[in-house]
Amino acid sequence: MKKIISIFLTIAVGLGGFFSVQRLLVPKYTKGIVEGTLIEEYYPEAKNHDVIIIGDCEVYENISPITMWEEYGITSFIRGSAQQLIWQSYYLLEETLKYEKPEVVVFNVLALKYDQPQKEEYNRLTLDGMKFSATKLKAVNASMMPDENVLSYIFPLFRYHSRWSEVNSEDFENFFGKRQMFHNGYYMRADVKPVETVPSGRILPDYDFGDNAYKYLNMMVELCEENDIELVLIKAPSLYPYWYDEWEQQMEDYSRKKGLKYINYLELVDEIDLDFAVDTYDAGLHLNVTGAEKVAMHLGKVLSEEFDIEDRRSNQQIAAIWEKKVEFYNEMKKNQYEELEQYGYIKSLKGE
Amino acid sequence: MLFTSFDFIIFITLLFVMYYTVPKKYQWKLLLAFSYIFYFIAGPKFLFYILLTTGSTYVSGIKIGKLYEDQSLYLKANKELSREEKKAFKAKVKKRAWKWILGCLLLNFGILFFIKYINFTIANINWFIDRLNDRETLSFIDIALPLGISFYTFQTMGYIIDVYRGKYPPEKNFGKLALFVSFFPQLIQGPISRFDDLAKTLFRENSFNYNEFSFGLQRILWGYFKKLVIADRILVAVQTLIGDTAMYDGAYVFVLMVFYTVQLYCDFTGGIDITIGIAQILGIKVQENFIRPAFSKNIAEFWRRWHISLGTWFKEYLFYPLSIWKPMLNFSRFARSKFGDSIGKKLPVFLSAFVVWFITGAWHGASWNFIVWGLLNYIFLMGSEELKPFYSWFHSKFDVQGTLGFKLFQIARTNLLVSSIRLLDCYRDVPGTFKMVGSFFTKNNFNIFVDGSLLEIGLTSADYWVITGGLLLVLVVALIGRKGSVRELMAAKPVIVRRTAFYLLIMSILIFGAYGVGYESSQFIYNQF
Repeated sequence: MKKIISIFLTIAVGLGGFFSVQRLLVPKYTKGIVEGTLIEEYYPEAKNHDVIIIGDCEVYENISPITMWEEYGITSFIRGSAQQLIWQSYYLLEETLKYEKPEVVVFNVLALKYDQPQKEEYNRLTLDGMKFSATKLKAVNASMMPDENVLSYIFPLFRYHSRWSEVNSEDFENFFGKRQMFHNGYYMRADVKPVETVPSGRILPDYDFGDNAYKYLNMMVELCEENDIELVLIKAPSLYPYWYDEWEQQMEDYSRKKGLKYINYLELVDEIDLDFAVDTYDAGLHLNVTGAEKVAMHLGKVLSEEFDIEDRRSNQQIAAIWEKKVEFYNEMKKNQYEELEQYGYIKSLKGE
Repeated sequence: MLFTSFDFIIFITLLFVMYYTVPKKYQWKLLLAFSYIFYFIAGPKFLFYILLTTGSTYVSGIKIGKLYEDQSLYLKANKELSREEKKAFKAKVKKRAWKWILGCLLLNFGILFFIKYINFTIANINWFIDRLNDRETLSFIDIALPLGISFYTFQTMGYIIDVYRGKYPPEKNFGKLALFVSFFPQLIQGPISRFDDLAKTLFRENSFNYNEFSFGLQRILWGYFKKLVIADRILVAVQTLIGDTAMYDGAYVFVLMVFYTVQLYCDFTGGIDITIGIAQILGIKVQENFIRPAFSKNIAEFWRRWHISLGTWFKEYLFYPLSIWKPMLNFSRFARSKFGDSIGKKLPVFLSAFVVWFITGAWHGASWNFIVWGLLNYIFLMGSEELKPFYSWFHSKFDVQGTLGFKLFQIARTNLLVSSIRLLDCYRDVPGTFKMVGSFFTKNNFNIFVDGSLLEIGLTSADYWVITGGLLLVLVVALIGRKGSVRELMAAKPVIVRRTAFYLLIMSILIFGAYGVGYESSQFIYNQF
C-alpha cells in the first residue's frame, strides 16, 4: 500500500510540476499580440448561438456580434484567428458543432488564397487555443509546417520551453486564467488610420484557388448540409490583401453552383456607408469599431430577413447574458476613445 | 533519425515495450529488425553497404572457423605427428585463413576507402595535376556516406581479425552477426564494440530489471542534458565564430577553442551516455567510451580516457601488429645497427605510431585538417615521451609533483593542447587554422571579453547562465564519479532526494534544452566520422 501511495504521489508530483511549468511558459497573449486568446474565449461561453462566423482577421476585426444583438437580437460568435487557414476554419466548425447547432454559419472566403500551411507562428495563434480533441489533432495535422511536430501541440511546453528567460508578470497574473478581452470573438479597435492609397494587386502566376483549399470549402459545405445549417459566404470589406476579380468570379460561380448566399462587402461599401477615411484603424486592412458595426448592421439584416434568424431579445435569460456583454462592449469602447483622446493611442492594448 | 528527435523517442519507447513483451527468444530478432528499420530510415540505399560488409564478414568468418575446426579435428586424429609436422600443418591452415581475412579486409576497407576517401584522393591528385599545368583534372564522384560506416567497418573488421587470431569462434547465425554490426544505438557514433564483449548481453534473453531500467534511464537523461542543454545551445556561437573568420579572429579564436571543446565534449559523451543508457534499459551492456577525459594530466592519458574504443582498436589491430610485423622487426634491427640501441629501439615505435596517428586522423574525416590533427597528436605524444628526462630533471629540482597546483597545471596544459589542435576541426583548413591561431597573438582585441561582444555571437546572457550552470553540474558529477558510480550513490539516497533529482533533470532538459522550433536540429558531431 505504501509503495502504491509512493508511486501515485511520484506521478502526481511529476505531472503537476510538468503542467505547472507548461502553464507558466505558454504565451498568455494578453498584451501586444492578443489574437492568440481569440479561440479559447469560446469555451466558457453559453453554447446557444444562432450564427457562427468563421474565418481570419477579416471576420474578428470587421464584424461586431454585439451590434447584431443590439439591432436584430441575433446571438452570434466569431471563431476566427489571425491568418486562420481554411482547414483550421473547417475543424473549428467541426468542433463548434459538437457543442451547438447554429442556424447559420458565415465564412469569410479570403482564406481560400492559401492552399498550403503558411507559418508556424500563425498556426499557433489558432491551434494553441483549441481544446484537446481528435478534431484539434486533425487541425494540427492539416496545418503543420515540415519542421513542426504534433507532440508540441499536445504538450506546448515542447514549443515554448525557451520562454523561460522571458517569463514576466503577465505569465504569473494569467497563470490561473485570463480576463475576458474580446466580444464574442470580436477584437475591438477604436482608433482610426484612414486609407490614403490603395495598392493594386500584384500579378499572380495563377489565379485559381488551390485544390486543397477547395477541398476544405467543399467539406464545409457538406458539414453544414449534414447538420442542416445554412452556409453564407462573405468577403469582408478589407481593401487588402487584394481581392482579385478572378477570385471574385470563382466565388460567384461556386456559390451559384452550390446554391449558397454570397456577399462581397467590397461591392457594398457605399450601401453600408463605409468610409475608409474613418472606419479603418490600419489604412484599409481591417475595420475599426465603427466600420465593424456598419458591416454587422448589414449582415444582421440579411441574416434576420433572408434566413429568418429569430430575435432573441425577448428571451429574458438570453437578454440578461447579452446585457452584460453589451455593457462590457460599451465600457471598452468608451475606454478606448478616452485613451485615444488622452494618449493618442490605445494604451490598454499595449498592456501599459 | 536524430537521437534528439521526438520520432526517436517514440521509436525507442516502442522498442522497449515490444522487447519485454515478445517471447524472450525473439528479443534479439526484434533488435535486429529495429536496427534495420533505423538504418532504412537513414537511407534505404545504404542497406546495400552494411549488408555487403555483414555478408562478406560472415562468409569469411565461417570459412576461417571451418579451417580451424578442420585443423583441430585433423590434429586430434593424427596425434602421432611430430611437432614440426604439426607446426607446418598449422602454418598451412593459417595461410589459407589469411587469404580469407585478407580478402575480407581488402573488400571492406576498400568500400570504406572508396566511399569516404575517393574524392579526397581525387582532390589531391588534381592538386598535383594543377601544379603540372595540365588542365585535365579528374572529376569528383557523387557518393553519399552511409550512416556509421567508419564505426561498423572498424567493429566488423575487429571481429574478423579476432576470429582469425582464434580468440573466439565465428558467429554461425547470420542474423546475430548482422545485429552485432547494425545494433542501432551504437551505429551513429560508437563505441566500437568487441564481439565477445557485446555478444554476452546482446543475444541473451533479457528479463526486465527495474534497477537496470532506472540506471539506464538516468544515463539517457544525463546524455540528453549534456547534448541538448549544453552542446546544442553553444552550437550557435560555434557556428557563428566559424562562419565569419574575417570578423571573428584574434581573441575570438580562443573563445571558439573553449566553446568547441565544451560542445564536442558534451555532444560526444552525451551521445555515448544515450547509447549506453538505451542498451542498459534493454539489459545490454555496451562498453564505456570515456573516463573523465577532461581530468587527464597528459596527452597519453587523455587518449586512454577519450574515445577509448577507437584507441583500443588502433592499439590492438594496428599498432601491435605493425610493431611485430616482420619488415618492422627488420627495420628495428637495421636501425639498431646503424644508430645504436637507444635510437634503434625507438624508430620502429615512432614509425608505427606515425602510421596509427595518420590513420586516426584520416578516420575522423577525409581532409588534411584531420590528418594534420592526427599528426599533431602524434608529435605531442612522441614529444612528451622524449621529454621524460627533462621532466625527471625538473622534478628533481622542484618538488611540485603531486601537489594540487601542479596537477591543475597539468590538467590545464593537457586541455589547452588538445583543444588548440581541435581548431583544425573547426576551420577545416590547415593554413587557415594556423593563420587564425596566429591572429590570437597579433590582433589585440581582448576587449571582447568585457565590451559585450560575446553577447553578439548568438548567445544571450541567459544562454551563458544555462551553459555555465550545466557545465558546473557536469564538473560536479565528474568529480563525484572519481570515487564511484554517481547513479549508485544516488540510489542510496532517500526516495524524495532521488525523485527530486530525477524530476529536476527531466525538467531542466525540457526547459533549457535547445530543441524544437527556433533551434536547429543537430546531429551528433561524431556521426559525420
